[in-house]
Amino acid sequence: MRVVGKPLAKVDARAKVTGSTLYADDLIFSDTLFCKLLRSPHPYARIKHMDLNAAKAVEGVVAVITGNDLPVKYGILPISQDEHALESEKVRYVGDPVAAVAAFDEETAALAAEKIRVEYEVLDPVTSIEEALSEPTDEPIHDYGGPANIHKMAALSFGDLEAGFAEADHIREDVFFYGGNTHLPMEQHSAIATYVNGKLTLWSSTQTPHYVHRTISKVLDLPMQAIRVVATPHGGGFGGKTDPFSHELAVCKLAMVTGKPVKCTLTREEVFYAHRGRHPVLMWVRTGMKSNGRITAMHFKTALDGGAYGSYGVATMFYTGALQTTTYDIPAYRFEGARVFTNKAPCGPKRGHGTPQPRFALELHLDKMAEDLGLDPVEVRRRNYVSPNTTTVNWLRITSCGLEEITDQVLQASSYVNRQRAVGHGMGFAVASYLCGAGLPIYWNKLPHSECLIKLDRGGVTVYCGATDIGQGSDTVIATLVAEELGLWPSDIRLVTGDTGFAPVDLGSYSSRVTFMAGNAALDAARKLRNLLAEVAAESMGCLPGEIVTGDGKFGTLSFEETTQLAQERFGAISTVGSYRPPDLAGPYKGSGVGPSPAYSYSAAVVDIDVDPETGIIKVNKVWLAHDIGRSINPVSVRGQVEGGVYMGLGEALMEEQAYRKAMPKQPSMLDYKSLTSVDMPEVETILVETDDPEGPYGAKEVGQGPLLPVVPAVVSAVHDALGVWIDQVPVTPDKIMKALDAKAKGQAPRFGPKSFPDIAYPQYVKVDTPHVATQAI
Amino acid sequence: MSDSVIANFDVNGRSREVLVKPYHTLLEILREDLGLTGTKHGCELGECGACTVLVDGLPQLSCLLLPHQVEGKEITTIEGLAEGDELHPLQEAFVEAGAVQCGYCTPSMLLTAKALLEGDPSPSRQEIAEALSGNLCRCTGYEAITRAVELAATRMDT
Ligand code: FES
Ligand code: FES
Repeated sequence: MRVVGKPLAKVDARAKVTGSTLYADDLIFSDTLFCKLLRSPHPYARIKHMDLNAAKAVEGVVAVITGNDLPVKYGILPISQDEHALESEKVRYVGDPVAAVAAFDEETAALAAEKIRVEYEVLDPVTSIEEALSEPTDEPIHDYGGPANIHKMAALSFGDLEAGFAEADHIREDVFFYGGNTHLPMEQHSAIATYVNGKLTLWSSTQTPHYVHRTISKVLDLPMQAIRVVATPHGGGFGGKTDPFSHELAVCKLAMVTGKPVKCTLTREEVFYAHRGRHPVLMWVRTGMKSNGRITAMHFKTALDGGAYGSYGVATMFYTGALQTTTYDIPAYRFEGARVFTNKAPCGPKRGHGTPQPRFALELHLDKMAEDLGLDPVEVRRRNYVSPNTTTVNWLRITSCGLEEITDQVLQASSYVNRQRAVGHGMGFAVASYLCGAGLPIYWNKLPHSECLIKLDRGGVTVYCGATDIGQGSDTVIATLVAEELGLWPSDIRLVTGDTGFAPVDLGSYSSRVTFMAGNAALDAARKLRNLLAEVAAESMGCLPGEIVTGDGKFGTLSFEETTQLAQERFGAISTVGSYRPPDLAGPYKGSGVGPSPAYSYSAAVVDIDVDPETGIIKVNKVWLAHDIGRSINPVSVRGQVEGGVYMGLGEALMEEQAYRKAMPKQPSMLDYKSLTSVDMPEVETILVETDDPEGPYGAKEVGQGPLLPVVPAVVSAVHDALGVWIDQVPVTPDKIMKALDAKAKGQAPRFGPKSFPDIAYPQYVKVDTPHVATQAI
Repeated sequence: MSDSVIANFDVNGRSREVLVKPYHTLLEILREDLGLTGTKHGCELGECGACTVLVDGLPQLSCLLLPHQVEGKEITTIEGLAEGDELHPLQEAFVEAGAVQCGYCTPSMLLTAKALLEGDPSPSRQEIAEALSGNLCRCTGYEAITRAVELAATRMDT
């Protein structure tokens, strides 16, 4: 291959290093108005009355709107249509928007927003999972779901759980808690809308222009064809910009009301309220094991603190139970999950979406079982690894799987097995797996998940695809794949992406789906174009199309321009289209839509730390991360994703937490929300393993999310290795370590973490027949 | 505009005279009055470093500077780093080493690194990390950025 797998520069890097890339807040149109949202200061309150007069009277104010102007409910999932762009009856978290002002400048808009008088009747906020499970003192946060403030529950059982436990030589139960955290993209959300000739255009820092487009159509009651959503170059998403947001809908409505462009950029404080970050999850796991380490049965329960709205939460809840089986062959498995509403900023998807929490629990739980049985924790994992080309007990199809290879390589590179043992020094090992795109779309239909159109004109190639580059490099991936097929360089290709007005649909940058899905759609279109060109080139050269070799801007002996000229003489205007829809992968049960993917990536981490037994302060010395990438389309970008994932995993493990005091956000600022800086970041050794996935474009799989997952449990495992205490709750802050050391010194259980799991009235579990034939002997 | 003042300073070698509110920040003046949107913002409170520009060659947070503080000074923004179409060696290195993901922190990282290399042409990894520690990046884990600065330093030194 000429360009696939080569360390070429990203196609958009030059614009980014010169400062010429235009992000959403860099856009401005003639006569633009500026919008500010008024947000609730209360976690939970009824709106009794709103008086807009003083705000409207401010000089320079052009329009003020409230929930009465935007009465239609929406939500990213069809089953959770529970948000208003502006609330008019009830506010459900600190930061819930209630009004929007458009003015000649931002200061005037902010001043006027403050002059809006809102009379609230304050209600008793629900602040924790436990409170949400019990009868509320005031009315439930939403008028659906229940009992109490439960949003959604599920219970699924695969295989014969009781028989599995009966067969076990050892059974263990553990409880874990994963604190919530937020994406903290460097770019604050920003959007600007125009309404011209009856057509609405929104430029926004979004990861999902297609879903924003759909939501605008619903909320503003506009036909789909009257709307264009452009995902602008992105200053970081990590899942935080995958929901349709109030400010996006407000600027659209205000553009329609005023007839002028309207722009809204959130302040950093507002970004913390917009949130949609990692759900705090309480987890209980019980596993049966033979004395040789083979798992016989596993029962996993989760309770998620969803915050104030539905968002992706139902999917998140199912994800907390879905991917335990894609690393370990579990012969009998039961999952019970519940998501609750609380009066905090809504949680949603963050890098790893619902899977870092159970992965943290699962890996540590296996470490503990290995310790109980006197077995090597790595061997316990190996004994249970899934094999390639198998189906899991919950009906997930595994194809390529490099678990054994990544384990071998990460252990070898890190010398984990022969590590130095000393008090205060530790190493931890963990593995994980992630999707290469959700196998089912948010709106269940049989349409393609990704579509691509290539236009060829006088030698110029333009690729149109809805895929959204959020910095992960998807534009480069698409250009590279097309360039490979056409014998060009990625930089030769012009791209129109993330634009619902010009490019055919791609569902968006979430679930690590773009390389796999948009990549396959682009490949489909590029191969059709290549065939057309090869046909005319072969005719001119007097050979067979199959004999045409492409590369360095040539089709056989003809230049690319000559070939396109011949092709256009013969066919006239030329464009080709391609699309991708994953195979039908859902299992035969309700809830099977979450978990299936056309392929799974695999990651293994070893973390080396020093931890001071006097202070509990951890210093991470080095991280080794081996990743089964299928194949690298661009190894520099892949390595960047691994390093970025490791960085974010370390942040979650050590310090990042979106914390509240009685539903009041504790730290809505970058100074107080701690994240790793360049001096905190250890060396990362990236090891890429290529397993050549049979369905991935050129064999490629995802890397955007998977590498974060094993890092968190590996850190905690290293703490145990160093000090002999278990910290069953992240982030692992020094105080937790000191408390665990204290407990150990007093002869109590040497751990810090939740004491118990609440009694949740999960529904009667659905018993699902298993497709499963255990791939390894029990 | 009665409360406005005239500010004079140099931006990327060009002298500018701008009528501004005395309480507007250099960040706002650069982006909104002068249309130089290459300078980014992540907080406007001095917490993230994204708004870094060079003032008389030293990295400063433009969101914390008022016009009177930069009166008569020389300001370099990301738009002033390349020579025409010729990228600065740091820019080249950032492109090559994959130091740019979303690119939002990139202008601030490049300018901070430029000031570092001007003071110390061959910094250690630790010195690079320390110089960049006031600039947050959420994408790269800083690894590729450090590599890029090392690469540029090596090239500029020879
Ligand atoms: S914008 Fe964050 S420090 Fe200036
Ligand atoms: S590259 Fe995205 S914040 Fe640094």
